[in-house]
Amino acid sequence: MSSTPTTARRSPMAAPRSFVWSRRIFLTLLTGFVLLPVYVMLSSSLKPLQDVSGEFRWLPSGLTIRPYIDIWSTVPLAKYFVNSLIVAGAATVLSVVIAIFAAYGVSRYRFRGKRLFTVTVLSTQMFPGILFLLPLFLIYVNIGNSTGIALFGSRLGLILTYLTFSLPFSIWMLIGYFESVPRDLDEAAMVDGCGPLGALFRVVVPAAVPGIVAVAVYAFMTAWGEVLFASVMTNDTTRTLAVGLQGYATQNDVYWNQVMAASLVVSVPVVAGFLLLQRYLVAGLTAGAVK
Amino acid sequence: MTVTAQPAVGKEAPPGATAPVPRRRTGRVRRGALPYLLLLPALLLELLVHLVPMVIGIVMSFKELTQFYIRDWGAAPWAAFDNYSVSVDFDAPIGKALLHSFFVTCAFTVLSVGLCWLIGTTAAVYMQENFRGRGFLRAVFLVPYALPVYAAVITWAFMFQRDNGLVNHVLHDQLGLTDSPSFWLIGDNSFVALLVVSVWKGWPFAFLIVMAGLQNIPKELYEAASIDGAGMLQQLRRITLPSLRPVNQVLVLVLFLWTFNDFNTPFVLFGRAAPDAADLISIHIYQSSFVTWNFGAGSAMSVLLLLFLLVVTGVYLVLTSRGRRAADV
Repeated sequence: MSSTPTTARRSPMAAPRSFVWSRRIFLTLLTGFVLLPVYVMLSSSLKPLQDVSGEFRWLPSGLTIRPYIDIWSTVPLAKYFVNSLIVAGAATVLSVVIAIFAAYGVSRYRFRGKRLFTVTVLSTQMFPGILFLLPLFLIYVNIGNSTGIALFGSRLGLILTYLTFSLPFSIWMLIGYFESVPRDLDEAAMVDGCGPLGALFRVVVPAAVPGIVAVAVYAFMTAWGEVLFASVMTNDTTRTLAVGLQGYATQNDVYWNQVMAASLVVSVPVVAGFLLLQRYLVAGLTAGAVK
Repeated sequence: MTVTAQPAVGKEAPPGATAPVPRRRTGRVRRGALPYLLLLPALLLELLVHLVPMVIGIVMSFKELTQFYIRDWGAAPWAAFDNYSVSVDFDAPIGKALLHSFFVTCAFTVLSVGLCWLIGTTAAVYMQENFRGRGFLRAVFLVPYALPVYAAVITWAFMFQRDNGLVNHVLHDQLGLTDSPSFWLIGDNSFVALLVVSVWKGWPFAFLIVMAGLQNIPKELYEAASIDGAGMLQQLRRITLPSLRPVNQVLVLVLFLWTFNDFNTPFVLFGRAAPDAADLISIHIYQSSFVTWNFGAGSAMSVLLLLFLLVVTGVYLVLTSRGRRAADV
């Protein structure tokens, strides 16, 4: 049934039965592997505590939504949630805007140091985070001491840090994307009286929306999921979900049902957003990064 | 013309191009400076967060930086190459542990990148042709990539619990494969646990990139090949894989760097102290710096790690690019 006429039309050779069967087996196994933790997360989050403390049960002995109520009081989850939203949201917006400018500069102008810029920015991707964690900590503390701008322990410091994490990949992807926008279009706009920035925002950006959405999704996910810097650079008031979620696990008794419920709650915004926008991500990658 | 070759882009472009725009003369910047202004924000931030800290990190690696000097690290005494010689003295405990961690990381990276690439590519090739449920499966497969690392890894940590985890329940209670419930998050098994989680989390990225790469292969190639009588396997070998070469060059490099530097997965899975068998280099350096409060040695290890990554990346790019040029001829 898988080798329907659509398959036959796309490739002149109908897929042989053995191919269809091997595909079915492979994809079924893979789906099981992928969804197993999702099932554990979902089912355990609806179990009473004794179900997750004793031997593992595939099915709950009884369904309860208590964990979803308790997670908010066991640790200040709502506060962490707001912190994560602010940090990831701001990092995403800034990262996208800065990447748009940089990518436009690289894709539309010839200038000295262009290659140096792209190579330098891209190569920061390979730095191990651990290498600049401590120096960055020192820089932030020193900037705070000398200018009064609190970067260490503040959301601002985390926002600046996270936006540079997604910046290299975003710039790289947008360069590819902008280059696929015909130059004639923005040159026409400039002839019509737009400045270079007018051409960027009236012509190039609208034409590159899928790429920009893809970059935004990537930037948000990067900031939402980061653990190392969040664990060193936040304090009680600015703690994000990445660190806060471990609050359930450091108690004497681990409330696994609450851990699972909280994991599910913090995953929903990103997973939902990602699945809604994944079409753009694939389109963005096809046009941009993959050359 | 070009627009027809890029339907996704061309569709939305024309309105903005043709709309009359009022003439503006204010705020004009000379062409010469404009590109630099456009790059300035990105450059400043990269300097602040990556490049300056890296230089400071290198300086720190030559200092005797313990907790006494953390408030005023400039005052820490110079240590010349002491931190380095301690790090690479493989007979002494510190160097020995670092070497061990390095080998563990290498083995882990090779296995993880290999499996991620293999599973991702296989899935993408199987899903190249349309079939019922393809769009749904694609969404499902991207879930591990979309889930926040800590949420996903903490779930795996639960599954790997000795007494109340799913893995032991299946292996021991249901299948009876082990005599007693095994420990997964301490001891030698932790390597396997880490690998499973890493592959689970990493393969969808390979899938995503390869899938995007496959869409750029012209359909005519397959049509021509099948007219010439090439079977599916031959098409895979002669068209699909060679066309993916440039994609794979970048993909494997990115996977390598991410996996080798991975901190989040072991940190959430094991907590601050990773077991010996899964002591990845990032965790090891983190511990050497923050747990033992020896930042000088930690920085020296980070610099060594960076040098290693630079060399591997350089050699890799030279080798794969040469192969590519030869293949083009």
